This record gives sequence, structure tokens and C-alpha cells, in this order.
Amino acid sequence: MNKTRVNFPRFGSYDVAVEHIIRAGLDCEYVNTPPITKKTLEIGSKYSPDFVCTPFKYNLGGYIESIEAGANTLIQIGGVCRLGYYGELQKQILKDLGYDVKFINMANANFRKPITFYEEFKKVNPNLNLKKITSACMLAVHMVEVIDKVEDFIRQNVGFEKEEGSFDKLHHEFLDDLRDVNDKKELNLLYKLYMKKFKKIEIDKPKNPLKVGFVGEYYTIMDQYSNHYMEKELAKKGIVIYRWMNLTNSILNPHVKEVKQSIKNYAKYDMGATAMFTIKKAIDYAKDGCDGIIHVKSFGCTPEIDTMPVLQRISEDFKIPIIYFSFDSQTSDVGINTRVEAFYDMIMMRKEGKK
Amino acid sequence: MKKAYLGVDIGSISTKGVIIDEKNTILASEYIWTEGDPIGAVKRLIATLKKQFDHKKYRVVGVGTTGSARKLIGVILGANIVKNEITAHAIGTLSLYPDVRTIFEIGGQDSKIIIIDNGIVVDYAMNTLCAAGTGSFLSSQSRRLGLEVEEFGPLALKSKNPTNIAARCTVFAESDLVHKAQIGHKKEDIVAGLCKAVVTNYLNNVGKGKKINAPIVFQGGVSKNVGVIRAFEEATGEKIIVDPNSHLMGALGVAILSKREKEVEFDFNIEDIVFETKGLECKGCANNCERICIYKDGVLIDAWGNKCDKGAIKIKNKA
Repeated sequence: MNKTRVNFPRFGSYDVAVEHIIRAGLDCEYVNTPPITKKTLEIGSKYSPDFVCTPFKYNLGGYIESIEAGANTLIQIGGVCRLGYYGELQKQILKDLGYDVKFINMANANFRKPITFYEEFKKVNPNLNLKKITSACMLAVHMVEVIDKVEDFIRQNVGFEKEEGSFDKLHHEFLDDLRDVNDKKELNLLYKLYMKKFKKIEIDKPKNPLKVGFVGEYYTIMDQYSNHYMEKELAKKGIVIYRWMNLTNSILNPHVKEVKQSIKNYAKYDMGATAMFTIKKAIDYAKDGCDGIIHVKSFGCTPEIDTMPVLQRISEDFKIPIIYFSFDSQTSDVGINTRVEAFYDMIMMRKEGKK
Repeated sequence: MKKAYLGVDIGSISTKGVIIDEKNTILASEYIWTEGDPIGAVKRLIATLKKQFDHKKYRVVGVGTTGSARKLIGVILGANIVKNEITAHAIGTLSLYPDVRTIFEIGGQDSKIIIIDNGIVVDYAMNTLCAAGTGSFLSSQSRRLGLEVEEFGPLALKSKNPTNIAARCTVFAESDLVHKAQIGHKKEDIVAGLCKAVVTNYLNNVGKGKKINAPIVFQGGVSKNVGVIRAFEEATGEKIIVDPNSHLMGALGVAILSKREKEVEFDFNIEDIVFETKGLECKGCANNCERICIYKDGVLIDAWGNKCDKGAIKIKNKA
């Protein structure tokens, strides 16, 4: 029998944690999604419904490239927006295209009954060992936490590095070494080691730098390719970047009740997906003295469209500029750069004007 | 010799240039069509400005570029500042109208709104997705009606009963316009309806959620259209200020910004220099970045378009 070679859509730097679950937990080979390029998006758009949200296109393009790289089993997750339908539709599209692959749709599992996840995983590997998969998932969770902590630090300092590229280089080394981690002890050691290294990078940070907070839709905000490396572009101008949205905060510790309570002056009902967090964090960034907020989403993302009128109110109440970006399958950076540049000029002049 | 500053705004449709003195007085200005050839347009522009300019009294020590071709033209002119059009427009307008609170700007391919508080830009929005509510929409519709775009505004003012035209989308607007014409609506009413549609579209899209306070300054190519000015006045209930040089605000703004930068030497004689651009696709990975190389008399002077360092093109003796 052919060996099971599993792929899961790539986003952010989390492929390292996913790889651990698949290798150590499911005892399968792992096929990483090839780095996203224009070609990925081209293939994805070609076979997707035109009006579907952009992450769908990235995922589908990535699946096809992964199949070409040898994957024969694909996993998709579910969510409380259109993401919940991704798996169903992608499975059908790939079947219609004639790809002979196994498609595991985690949207069928139920968060309230963890056993249902076990059942889905069992479809990947029928001889699944409960102990193995549990401990692999646990370590993956810790990996995610570490990745997020490291990246928070990078975001807030990369704009001030003395030698351009030093943070990027170390970040890659860190992710490479993370792949070899086998248990929590090794993970903690690695984390400590790299944080020391990151803190050693020479930076030139002014006392009161410009600060910008990012809010928005799940995939687009976390996947740097789909937001045209906007965080990096802004950071390079000497800005501290804040982004609450990551897996640790949104999945592991979402504190939904507190979030709902704290935004009740702005939104009464949950509008789905990341909407509540977007509102909550926009308020937080405004209160914490950020100079501006950037809202990113994929074109047609309904929950995030719903947040925009609320964000406009927050912008007015707290006198903080908020700029909105919608991404689809366009590849030209020119229009985006113009607006990012103008945003930077604006917050800088505002700050100087306040003095 | 007094100091002078050149500002060039290279848009998709038109190219604008001004030369100013230390006090921001305009010494020379020109407005020409870009015609899809920004380098050629700039050469023509500089040649005309050269004729208008008093070379005995003044010397250009600062060059700024803005507009969608700002980067390319910045390299060619050896600019000391390259600035996005939003900032440039705001700076230009503020130099003439320090009290302005809202700037409406409608150009050939895009439109923007800039909100100003106490002389500082506090918010802006820019339309990049939709062509409805821009100059190119008006010019294509005037062609359909057999009118010169210059006749458009005055004709609209004659209308007493503007035809309602769907404003949401260029495609719908166009079919609405055809149908209304075929069932007998008067041409001036249709033209006035189009002006209204542009304004409605602008306020609903670009201006959505923005607090519009007077004084309002309207600029960009479409601000020359009196029909649109009237439609804006009716929609906002405020007086709309249009400067006689409303089309030059971006160029003026970037000329002013060049005063703050390190001085450069500028040579008007660029007509005979051959500037060439070459597209060079990177084969480093499947992203196939489209890199652009710029040559001056056959020598590579700049390149861009690569996403990573692997695809970077090295330039010898880059200043």
C-alpha cells in the first residue's frame, strides 16, 4: 500500500506545528505546501468560484501544488463563517478535476466533543494511537505559543534593526530548529536560547516610536503573502507593530465572554468569525495610544465587512485613523503601497502636529 | 540666483508640472496628456517648462515626483523626493487654503477624499477598485453622447430636471443611460444626471463614513467640470471651492516637499537622453517576479519589482 502523505494548507509559520502532529501524532509522512507564489493564486483562482473569499483560492492552489509534490491525503478545518464550507467544496472541486486523493474535512468534527476529532484523525490513520496523537497535539499547541511569542517580539522590534534582515534571518533559523524539537523540555530550551539571540540583535529604537495595530480577518492578517507583506513594509519605516490576532490568542485563549462584555457599547451580537475580536482590539489599540489602525480582510469577507461601520465609530470616538484594505487575487502592489505610504505620512504628521 | 523647485505629477491620463520659487509662487506650469507613455510625456513637459522658465534669475535645486508613475520618473529626473499623491495633494492644497477641512479629488483613474483637521491630514480614503465616479467614466460617456468632454459641464448646467441614472456601477450606469436616451430623455438632462451619478457614487464609496466639513476644496481633472461642481454643491449643501490651478495641486505639493530635502542639480536638457525600460522576469522561483530595469543611454541606473533578495539586480555606481 502507498504510504499516507498528508498536507494541510500553509498559513503563517504554523506549518512546523502541523508537521509535528502529522509526523509524531498520526505517524504519516508530511508534505508541506510549497511556498505561496503567484502561480499558487493563479491555479487557485482558476478552479474556484470567482466570488469566494481569497483564502479559499490560496488553499485550493496550495492543495493542487501539494498533490503535485506528492501529497495523497489532504486535511481542511472548519470555522464559523464560509470557512465551514471550504472542505466540502474543495473536496468536490478536486474530485471533479480528477485528483485521486483522500480528503479529511475537520468541519465534521465538533469542538465540544473532542472525540469527534479523534474519529476524523482515524480516517487518516486507522491504527491511530490515542496517546501518541494527544501528546503530539499538546506539543503542537506549545509550539504555536512559542512561535507566536517570538513573532510578537519580532513585530515590535524589526523596524529598528541596525542591520537590515537580521531579524528575518534569525526567525528562519528558529523555525528550522523548531522542526527538530521532540518534547516540551527541548522546546523551552530552544525558546530561551532564541529569545536571548533575538534580544541581542542591535536595534535603534526611539523613546516614543510610532505604533500601529493590525486587526482583521483570520487568514489575510496572519498570512503575509496575502496581505502583501504589509506588516514588514510598515515596520521598515520605523513603526512598532501590534497584532493580537494569532492562534494562541484566538483559539487557545479567546476569552469570548470578556470580549463580548467589553465591546457591548459597540456591538450587541456576535457577527461571526473574527468580528468581535476585531472590534475589541481596535478599541484596545485606540486606548493604548496607537497612532493608527489597519484593517485587512479578503474581498467579500462578510463578518469583517460587518465590523467596518463599528470601526468607523471607534475611529470617530477615539480620534484614531483607521485604514481599510481588501485583498483579492490582484498582484500589483502599486495601489497598496500608495495607500500604506500615505497612511505613514499621515500618522507621522499627526504625531508631529500634536507636539 | 534665486532658488526654484520643480514638481511633477504623472497620472494615468495627464502629466502635470510646476516650478515654484521659495514663496511657493508658480513660475511655470504645464498640463499635458500622458498617452500611456510617462517617459515621453515628461520629456515634453520639461521641454515646455524650460521655455517658460527664467534661467537667468532662477536655478532649480529641488525636484519632486508624485502620481502613479512617480517612482519611474523620480529616477529619470533625479528627484530628491518621491511622494504618494495623497500626501502631495494635501500639502499642495494646504499651501493655498490653510483652513481647508475636506478635499475631494477626482482624477482620471482614481478618486480620493482627504479629511483635514487643523492643517493636518487625519483621515483619507482612495478608490482603487471601481472606475465609476472617475474622469475616464465621464469621458467615455461623453463620447457615447457625441460630446466633447469640455462641453459636458456647461450643458449639464442647462438642465432643469436631471435624469436619474444608476450610480452604483459603471456598467449599470451605462445601460441605464442608453435606455433613458432611447425613451426620449433630453441630452442635457442625461448629462446632468451623469454628473449627479458621479457625485453620488463618490460620496457613497470614497466618502462613506467620513464626516464632510466645510471648507471643501475640489480638485483633480474632473473639478474642471461645472456640472459636477454643481452636483457636489447640491449633495453637500456647501460651497465647493475650485482653485484655477486645481489640476496642479499634486505637482505643487511635491514641489513644496522638495524644499525640505537635500538640494540637487537639475538639468533641463533631457530631451536627447535615451531612457529605456526593460521587463525581466525572475526565474528564481514560481513567483516569477516581473522586474523592471531602467537604462539611461544604455547604462542601467535602477531596477525594481523583485519580492526577495534573490531576485535583486545589482546596480554599479548607484548614487
